[in-house]
Amino acid sequence: MRSLRYLLRKEFLQIFRDHFMVAQLLLMPILQLLLLGNAATFEVKTARMYVVDRDHTETSRALVDRLQASRRFVVVGASPSVDVGNEWILERKTDMVLSIPSDFERDIARNRAAQVQLILNAENGAAAGVTESYAAQIIGAFARELTDELGPVRLMPVKLIPAMDSMQTLRAAPIPAPAVRAIDIRARGWYNPDLNYRDYMVPGILVQLVTVVGSLMTAMNIVREKEIGTLDQLSVTPLSRNVFMAAKLIPFWIIALVELALGLLVARFVFHTPMLGSILLVFAAAAIYLFAALGIGLFISTLVDTQQQAMFVTFFIIMVYLLMSGLFTPIRSMPDWAQWLAQANPMKHFIEIMRAILLKGATTRDVLKPMLILVGFAAVVLTLAVRQYARRVG
Amino acid sequence: MTLAANSASNGIAIDAQDLTRRFGSFVAVDHITFDVKAGEVFGFLGANGAGKTTAIKMLVGLLAPSEGTAHVAGADIRTQRDEIKRSIGYMSQRFSLYADLTVRENIRLYGGIYGLTPDQIAERTKRMLDNLGLSGSVDDLVGDLPLGWKQKLAFSVALVHEPKIVFLDEPTSGVDPITRRQFWELIYAAAARGTTVFVTTHYMDEAEYCDRISIMVDGKIVELGTPAELKEKYRTETVDDVFVRLARGATKGEAA
Repeated sequence: MRSLRYLLRKEFLQIFRDHFMVAQLLLMPILQLLLLGNAATFEVKTARMYVVDRDHTETSRALVDRLQASRRFVVVGASPSVDVGNEWILERKTDMVLSIPSDFERDIARNRAAQVQLILNAENGAAAGVTESYAAQIIGAFARELTDELGPVRLMPVKLIPAMDSMQTLRAAPIPAPAVRAIDIRARGWYNPDLNYRDYMVPGILVQLVTVVGSLMTAMNIVREKEIGTLDQLSVTPLSRNVFMAAKLIPFWIIALVELALGLLVARFVFHTPMLGSILLVFAAAAIYLFAALGIGLFISTLVDTQQQAMFVTFFIIMVYLLMSGLFTPIRSMPDWAQWLAQANPMKHFIEIMRAILLKGATTRDVLKPMLILVGFAAVVLTLAVRQYARRVG
Repeated sequence: MTLAANSASNGIAIDAQDLTRRFGSFVAVDHITFDVKAGEVFGFLGANGAGKTTAIKMLVGLLAPSEGTAHVAGADIRTQRDEIKRSIGYMSQRFSLYADLTVRENIRLYGGIYGLTPDQIAERTKRMLDNLGLSGSVDDLVGDLPLGWKQKLAFSVALVHEPKIVFLDEPTSGVDPITRRQFWELIYAAAARGTTVFVTTHYMDEAEYCDRISIMVDGKIVELGTPAELKEKYRTETVDDVFVRLARGATKGEAA
C-alpha cells in the first residue's frame, strides 16, 4: 500500500507537469461545454416565412401578424402566387411558405372552419418538424382567439413537404380537401416547460466530457508507458498489478469528478441549467459511471500498443456510445435492434440519470434502476479489463 | 526447494537448463544451458537478433519460457516470480526512467516501490548522486540530461534496492567511448560489492572486461568460458575475432 502512495505521487506529478495535459483536462472541457452548450440545439430560432395571401382580409393579415409577433417567424417575401413561393423554397430563400386561400375569412365566418397551407423545406427534417410545430401552435392559438370572439373556430394547417427535385409534381398536386376533424392539440412540455433544448443538452454534454477523460486519458496514459518502456521496468519490480492499476485509475477518476464539478458550475452559472435534485446524487452516479468509463480505457490499453491506436479505438467506441446515447436522437426512434443495443450503453443510462436528477428532481429511488445497471456494467467491464490486463502483462 | 537452496549456497546466481522460447514457429531461444556464479560479471554476447533480449526477459520474468527451466537467485522463473523480482535489478535496452520526472523523483519512485523507507531513499539518493557526480542535477528533469548521464543514472536506479543480481541489456549502446569506460567502472564497483552482473552487449571490447562470457548464435549458446580460454581455443588475439568466426555461421542475422 505504501508503494501506491509513491505511484500516485508520480502520476499526479506527471499529469500536472504536462501543461498541455492540464489544459486538455480542465480547460478544453469547459470551452467545449460553452461552445456546444450554445451551439448544439434543436431549437429553430427564427424561421424565414414567405407569405402567399390570396384572401387579403383583416383576418388573414391578423394571422400573418400573429406569426410574426411570435418572433419565431420573419416574413422574407410575399406575393399572391404560390408558384413564386415554391421557387423561393427551391432556391432555399425561405424555410416555409404560408399559403392562405382566397376564401379564408369567408369560410371562418360561414363554416367556423378554414385551412391554411404550410409548405416546408424539409431538407433538414428535424428543423422542418420544429418549424411546423411552432406554426401549428401559433395558428392554434389564433383559432382560440377567434373562438373567443365568434364561437368555436377550427383552423386546419395543411402541411406539404415538396421533394426538392420535383417541383413539377408539387405544382400539379391539388390542395387536399380539409379533413373536418376537431382536434385541438395543445402541447405542453412537462419538466422543461419552455422546451429549452439547452437544459436538455447540457447534462448530456457533461457526461460526454467526463467519459472522454475517463476512457481516453486512461487508455493513452497506460499505453504511453508501454511505448516508452517504463511498463516493462515496473513489471520487473515487486509492484503488484492491482496497485499499479489502482495508481492508474484513481487520478483520472478524481480528475473526471473535478471536471464534472467545474462543468456543473458552468451549467449553473452560465446556462442556468435547472438543478432540482441532489447534486450529491449526481456525483454518486458519476462515481459509479466512471468506473465503467475507466474500465473501458483500461481494457483498450490491453488491446493496443501505441497511443495512436488507443486514440482511434477509444474514439470509435465513444462515438458509437454517444450517437446511441439519446443525446442527439431519441432512443425511441431507433430501430428495435438499436434500442436493444442502447440498453448496454452506460452513457445512455448516465445521461438519463443526470437529466432526471437535474431537470426532474429525481431522488435515489427514482434512478435506482439505471444506477444498478451502471453498477453491474462497471463491475463487468472492470473485471474483464483487469483479467485481460493480467493475461497480457502477466 | 532443496535444489534452490543448494544452488544458492553453492554460490550459483543463475542456472538455466534447456531454456527455450518460441514465437510461433520461430525459435528465438533454443535450449540454452548455462550458469552464472554469484559475484561474477557474466557477459551474454550475441549479434542483434541472436536471442539475447528474449533470454533476459525470461530470466527477469517478463516472458514465460516455452520449455526448460531456470533459477534466478535460487527461485524458479516459472513459479517464484515474486521472489525473483525482489532480488534482481533490471536495466532494459530502452531507456526507461521517466523523462518528465526529476532525478530525485525517479529515485524516490523506484526506492518507494522496492519498499525503502524515506530515510533510506534520501541517504541512497545522496550517495548515488555523489558517486555519479550528479549532485548538482538532482532537481533536473531526467529528459534534459545527456544520454551518457541518463544511462549511468538508470544503472544506479536499477541498483537502488541493492539487488543480488542485476541484468543489463545492452546498457552502453549509443554512448561515447569515455562514458562506456565510466559505465564499466560502475559495473566493477557493483561487482566488488558482491552484486552478480549479467550483461548483454555487442561491443566485443567490453567482453574482455567480463569474468566469463557466453556467445549466442541463432538462439543457441555456441561457446562459454573466460575470455582467455576462448581466445586460446580459437587462437585469436581478441574476443572480437572469436565472435566473428562463430557468428559467420549465423542464419538469422540482423533481420531476425
